[in-house]
Amino acid sequence: MEKEYWRWPESRWTAPDIDWKSGDIISAGVDVGSVSSQAVVMVDGQLFCYSNIRTGSDSPESAQKAMDKALEETGSTLKDVHYTVGTGYGRVNVPFADRAITEIACHARGANFMYGPSIRTILDMGGQDCKAIHCDNKGKVTNFLMNDKCAAGTGRGMEVFADLLSIPIEEMGSLSFKVEEEPEPVSSTCVVFAKSEAVGLLRKGWPKEKVLAAYSSAMAHRVVELLERIGIEKEFAVTGGIAKNEGVVKRIEAELSIKALEPQHDTQIAGALGGALFAKALVEKQRGLR
Amino acid sequence: MLANYGYKNGSGDYFITIDTDKCDGCGNCVPACPFGVLEVGEDENDPFREEPVAKVSEFHRKKIKYSCAPCKPMKKRKPLPCMNVCSPGAIAHSW
Repeated sequence: MEKEYWRWPESRWTAPDIDWKSGDIISAGVDVGSVSSQAVVMVDGQLFCYSNIRTGSDSPESAQKAMDKALEETGSTLKDVHYTVGTGYGRVNVPFADRAITEIACHARGANFMYGPSIRTILDMGGQDCKAIHCDNKGKVTNFLMNDKCAAGTGRGMEVFADLLSIPIEEMGSLSFKVEEEPEPVSSTCVVFAKSEAVGLLRKGWPKEKVLAAYSSAMAHRVVELLERIGIEKEFAVTGGIAKNEGVVKRIEAELSIKALEPQHDTQIAGALGGALFAKALVEKQRGLR
Repeated sequence: MLANYGYKNGSGDYFITIDTDKCDGCGNCVPACPFGVLEVGEDENDPFREEPVAKVSEFHRKKIKYSCAPCKPMKKRKPLPCMNVCSPGAIAHSW
């Protein structure tokens, strides 16, 4: 089979020193996105394990798979989880979720945990949409904007370019800097038209790194416009799959003249992590603790 | 919370912003809109809010440029009915 350049590796992680059996509240969040699905399990508000997989054509199945992958090798099962929150565009299709909460609310909450309470501006560059979120010190959303009408500035757009340029998706960020001079960004915002523009540039004899640089900066410019609408505050982070692409992140930082905070975990889990935090809060509410 | 519903495309920015801190969920805007763009219900983005809140219906979110166009003629534009009936002043249009 021909190499699939867009295919990124699925992963999972377990905290080395948490005993889930002694946990009082085991909460979970499952984020079924358009391209990837994540499951996060927390024990008493501590990150216990997570998984990150590709979403298939069947949302309930993807949710189940993500959860199974997160819990494998931990010795715990879905029955041990007290409360599960579903989020992402497939949130209503998580069969074992106790409640569905929008990804906007979950991302703000998750980023608040991942980057600390000082975080104010979050840019989530997901598989097929892009969200700009402003939040307060508790991770409550104060301003948001979602662009899900157009695939410009999304992970799927980058996957299309990985295939077009035959560059493995993980190497796209670093290769986009292998240019002598930063080229003009491609003029089309639409992924389909940007792709045909890129084909034209390749025919003109541009090296693929230069085409990639032109596309990465167009993507960065596009999302900065969205961020400007909600107002940019200094403590800023990028989440989602594109956060792993330094070619885009560094170009966003250059346009904004601020540095994005360094992630400590997989940037794609922010939504599911927020879901798990909400799940914990909802259990506490049920038990009358708050 | 400022909830921006709508989109940005090659021709411009089309957002209806609802200030959920000002909105009291009275629902006056729902019948005021001749095209059913607005609805009142649970706040999707704040799971702990008890009161209902106004929002742009899912159906219109990706086409509000066209849904709102009849209220936005080029000449002799009257005040928008949705903004007119909103006494807390929670609704704003970006275009």
